[in-house]
Amino acid sequence: MKFHEMTAHELSALMQQGQVSAEEITRDHIKHVEQVEPSVCSMVSKTESIALDRAKEIDQKRASGEVLSPLAGIPMGIKDNISTKGVRTTCSAKMLENYIPTYDAHVMEKLHEAGGVMLGKLNMDEFAMGSSTENSRFFTTKNPWDLSCVPGGSSGGPAACVSAGEVVFSLGSDTGGSIRQPASLCGLVGLKPTYGRVSRYGLIAFASSLDQIGPFTKDVEDAALVMETIAGYDRRDSTSADVAVPRYRDYLNQDIKGMRIGVPREYFAEGLEETTVSLVKQAIKKFEDLGAIVEEISMPYTAYALAVYYIIAPAECSSNLARFDGVRYGYRDETAEDIFSMYTKTRAEGFGHEVKKRIMLGTYALSSGYYDAYYKKAQQVRTLIKQDFDRAFETYDLLLTPTAIGPAFKFGEKSQDPLSMYLSDICTVTINLAGVPALSMPCGFVNGLPVGLQLVAAPFAEGTIFKAAHAYEQATEFHKKRPVLEV
Amino acid sequence: MSISKKDVEHVALLARLALTEEEKVLYTEELNAVLGFMDTLNQLDTSEIEPTTHVLDIKNVFRDDEVAPSMDPSQVVINAPAKKGNQFRVPKIM
Repeated sequence: MKFHEMTAHELSALMQQGQVSAEEITRDHIKHVEQVEPSVCSMVSKTESIALDRAKEIDQKRASGEVLSPLAGIPMGIKDNISTKGVRTTCSAKMLENYIPTYDAHVMEKLHEAGGVMLGKLNMDEFAMGSSTENSRFFTTKNPWDLSCVPGGSSGGPAACVSAGEVVFSLGSDTGGSIRQPASLCGLVGLKPTYGRVSRYGLIAFASSLDQIGPFTKDVEDAALVMETIAGYDRRDSTSADVAVPRYRDYLNQDIKGMRIGVPREYFAEGLEETTVSLVKQAIKKFEDLGAIVEEISMPYTAYALAVYYIIAPAECSSNLARFDGVRYGYRDETAEDIFSMYTKTRAEGFGHEVKKRIMLGTYALSSGYYDAYYKKAQQVRTLIKQDFDRAFETYDLLLTPTAIGPAFKFGEKSQDPLSMYLSDICTVTINLAGVPALSMPCGFVNGLPVGLQLVAAPFAEGTIFKAAHAYEQATEFHKKRPVLEV
Repeated sequence: MSISKKDVEHVALLARLALTEEEKVLYTEELNAVLGFMDTLNQLDTSEIEPTTHVLDIKNVFRDDEVAPSMDPSQVVINAPAKKGNQFRVPKIM
């Protein structure tokens, strides 16, 4: 097998046995990036030379007998809304086209400590708003399984990049499904951790009560490895939870006999493609074969989640994006003669259509006279949605649902109709509203395009997710399939 | 609830966004489409329901008030589109 087709734990084992160096692995990946990146277009910035220096450092450390993390020397990519000291961080936005952070995000400090080798910063929907990466202000990213299809979004770059073998794993952010939906569309494992599990320090904020950073990997073991590295308390994020981080790898290779899994019927509502439903049902059968007890349940407030999400997320976005005013960083309109028109022109030119629409929606929902009707109402219904989850986890260890309404769709297919793009998030947004962890993993293919299932657990029960996901993965072959890119 | 072009102009002012005439018409249509969808929430009686303030049971987070190093002023202004020394430069306010 070629290095760029392998997982982090496989490459780490080879390095520990002295069969290959971090430098060789990095050079192999850089060469592969040169070959496939012109067709995949996942990278906003490439950082090859920094990567080679890092890889050589790792090889020296290993040679001197230092005990290294399994992520040491592993090529990785980072979504372009995660601050990287000295490396341009754009959010795929004109507003931040030339922004170079002066500090690292918490997750970057953790990954640097572990010895991860960053090859590039990855494309996304502008400020993480979108479900197809078509809203990037720079270029569109292609799905490696079919270049005429979208990779999903908003973390389309991080998903396509791992799927194409350009990096071994990547980090994305998930506000309403932005890790899980592209993971589903690109045939990867993608995890949105519990709210507060991973520090958001250095993540450029979209909706602060919903955002979480999480990994894209080729298998469940790699996801456990990355989570062990990036999870944990950070005093610089006051919403980060002071809860001990388990060794997630201890949850792998476990028996799931007797595990109780609920399947909420509301997630199989109208709009879901039949082929997806049938693959998810086959997966349910597989979980039963492995000894899990699967039962249909009801989560009655699911139907209201999209409306709640599209009030709360824009409201928080309108507040967070107020900081982009042309003064401290980012784009500025240079023609304005007074401060007010400098603000309004800078923001009109610096933001794209979808971002402005959400700022408008959020500003309206928070404005005098409408706050109670929209924002407060949405937060009340959010409580009801969260209670649905609390009740379910009194009886069940996990919930199982589809991740996306279907496999990857064609460019332009949904971008014409704003509501149909929003509706495609139906299975993922509830999870962010409730703050619980959820993972997407491949459960089959439709016409050569991957389809994902979603496993959901109670807060901080990522271990339970890994246990079930690994058992299912080991009993199936989907995670071994790689897209064939003609180069 | 439906929103008019005048509402859109007011919201754009609050959000500090300069909109063209075409954008005002477009946003009026698009916001009405989305807001119409939001009205489904009015089917629910939430008069007795507490709004969510935080999804986890986290209480106030305090820290000791200790002096610690922070970012150097020259670094703080490094990304500013216009600056003078360690200060941000802006068009006239008064």
